[in-house]
Amino acid sequence: MSSPEQWTHPEPDAAPAATAAKPTAEQVIAGLRATDEGGADLVQLLTPEGERVSHPDFDIDITAEELRGLYRDMVLIRRVDREANALQRKGQLGIWVPLLGQEAAQIGAGRAMRETDMAFPSYREHGIAWTRGIKPTDLLGIFRGTDMGSWDPVEKRFHPYTIVIGNQVLNAAGYAMGQKFDGKVGDDEGEATMCFFGDGATSQGDVHEGFVWAAVYDAPLVFFCQNNQWAISEPTERQSRLPLYQRARGYGFPGIRVDGNDVLATLAVTKWALDECRHGNGPILIEAFTYRMDAHTTSDDPSRYRLSDELEMWKLKDPIERVKVYLVRQQWADSEFFEGVEAEADALGEELREFCTNMPDPPAERIFSNVYAEGNPNLEAQRDEFLDYVSGFAGGEH
Amino acid sequence: MAAPTMDRSAAAAPASPVQTLTISKALNLGLRAAMEANPKVIMMGEDIGKLGGVFRITDGLQKDFGEQRVLDTPLAESGIIGTAVGLAIRGYRPVCEIQFDGFIFPGFDQIVSQVAKLHYRTQGKIKMPIVIRVPFGGGIGAVEHHSESPESYFAHTAGLKVVSCSNPSDAYWMIQQAIDCDDPVLFFEPKRRYYEKGEVDTTAQPGKLFESRVLRPGTDATLVAYGPMVRTSLDAANAAAEDGTSLEVIDLRTLSPLDLAPVFESVRRTGRLVVVSEAPSESSIASEIAAKVQQECFYSLQAPVLRVTGFDTPYPPSKLEEEFLPDLDRVLHAVDRSLAW
Repeated sequence: MSSPEQWTHPEPDAAPAATAAKPTAEQVIAGLRATDEGGADLVQLLTPEGERVSHPDFDIDITAEELRGLYRDMVLIRRVDREANALQRKGQLGIWVPLLGQEAAQIGAGRAMRETDMAFPSYREHGIAWTRGIKPTDLLGIFRGTDMGSWDPVEKRFHPYTIVIGNQVLNAAGYAMGQKFDGKVGDDEGEATMCFFGDGATSQGDVHEGFVWAAVYDAPLVFFCQNNQWAISEPTERQSRLPLYQRARGYGFPGIRVDGNDVLATLAVTKWALDECRHGNGPILIEAFTYRMDAHTTSDDPSRYRLSDELEMWKLKDPIERVKVYLVRQQWADSEFFEGVEAEADALGEELREFCTNMPDPPAERIFSNVYAEGNPNLEAQRDEFLDYVSGFAGGEH
Repeated sequence: MAAPTMDRSAAAAPASPVQTLTISKALNLGLRAAMEANPKVIMMGEDIGKLGGVFRITDGLQKDFGEQRVLDTPLAESGIIGTAVGLAIRGYRPVCEIQFDGFIFPGFDQIVSQVAKLHYRTQGKIKMPIVIRVPFGGGIGAVEHHSESPESYFAHTAGLKVVSCSNPSDAYWMIQQAIDCDDPVLFFEPKRRYYEKGEVDTTAQPGKLFESRVLRPGTDATLVAYGPMVRTSLDAANAAAEDGTSLEVIDLRTLSPLDLAPVFESVRRTGRLVVVSEAPSESSIASEIAAKVQQECFYSLQAPVLRVTGFDTPYPPSKLEEEFLPDLDRVLHAVDRSLAW
């Protein structure tokens, strides 16, 4: 097998298959390449070229104002993502987890939720956080190392980011069981839960168990898998033999594959799934077929494992450009609107930079705070001893 | 689902508040009392409904409280703990039964990564009032994975509280107090003592959950034990008394946080300490007690702290468990070594 460096810098006389824009079936199966082929079941309402297409099962009436709103959401969260990525490069964040390329999947899913619905994110869900009313600045502490998520998960109905892959799927299943036990399921006023995870997580036992639990308890839970084709360096072919959405059938609930770069399709399918759940017809699996346009995190180097022409292939499917084209073609937005969104993004970026560079370090007491709800005298003694030791250094006497 | 109908006759109050009960029945009544007191208390586990649990600790509860409060769950421990987390966020107080000690490990990730840390991660915005009941320890002639003592893993994990009952009265009260606690509690039940009897006063004012207790005063040496080894230690103290040796016996009850004040007080009088536990000794509860006692009672000690424990091996085939488990003779042998130092 050739080295990863050779993949990114192919020799001029390399075999055509290695440099072609489209991966061959053999390359995909071998795990060398990700595919951009969503297959015949892919639900799409807005093509990469910005053409509105219909779908027999999932369609959506969208007003100009609503679509402008989705566009704005995606542009702003992309700016948040790029600013945070840059802040890491400047040393202001320890790490960042980019969402670049997944804006439509997250904004579409997030905007399908009601305030009374609950969301359990993984750690890349900055777009979902945005739709739950979490300030982007509230995300920074996790990556700067000043906190572990500063929003109120109960008030916002947005659980803390979960970093252990797949853990949150069981937590979401339990929460959705609680919604059902509380009698909050069964009509249009019902509640539902959404759980977000990636293609890599589908190999975890907790995800399997979450599917089982949600199914046997008829939990109002939408499993939302963002298949961004890569689990750090491993392509989806290392996780599954068959398309991920098809797994749902084995658990006894529907699985839908949606174009995750199409905000309209994602919104339509997720709204449908949430409505099914709130009426008591859950759970449902949605596979949002998308692509991780940047590294896994700022610590990752994708040039070691994937071809740059794969990125070029997916750039043509950009989630924001297609909406812009459609808005212009429909004359639903003018240059004033687009410039306004850009200006808003600039201001948001500035706010983020300003906030991040001025974040104070937490006090030493934070090490010991809230380990227990009802306290622990031994821990309190340890804390007091440490703080007493630290106070000995005050005033530069030592 | 229709609201469960309570069969009051099944829960009929006894004529006298003082009853002679097994640990098993005391736990059952304690769980029942907790479910009656708070509709948010639910039971989750494998075979705990119709069957009443393999040890019958939840016997009759599903019949009286319904399938929505006593859940026969799918067979997966990570699923039991992981969904309990979500139910707790939703406002429930789940009581999870792990069928046997050796089966807790599929749930270990959820316990350590979520149950233990969510309160800390959210700085108190999410509480985890979950009880995880674990029948633990050996001595029942079981096959592999049914006789283990994994308590140290959990005592080592910040965010969890760990307790173990040793008698029916404590079983009745401690399980209710654990359910009332807003912190997650690992509740270790001495499975080989399930059918030992004792008096339970269901109207008494119970002591605090996270407190150790002197069960038998003595002057020559101190024995500290918890769970199934409390009975062994009391038997050893009885035997020693016949030879004129006075042993103080302390039931630890709480393994995290440790309440060692009664132990320090005792050792300062006796000068000698033997810690008894079924778990392997290295990096164990017994190790922690030894470390803390030498730190706090350094000038009172007349002999090194000794540990009588299971060996640092996997739990052996059951035909060898009598050799593996600390018994009266091994405890007294350690006491003799301590006294002869």
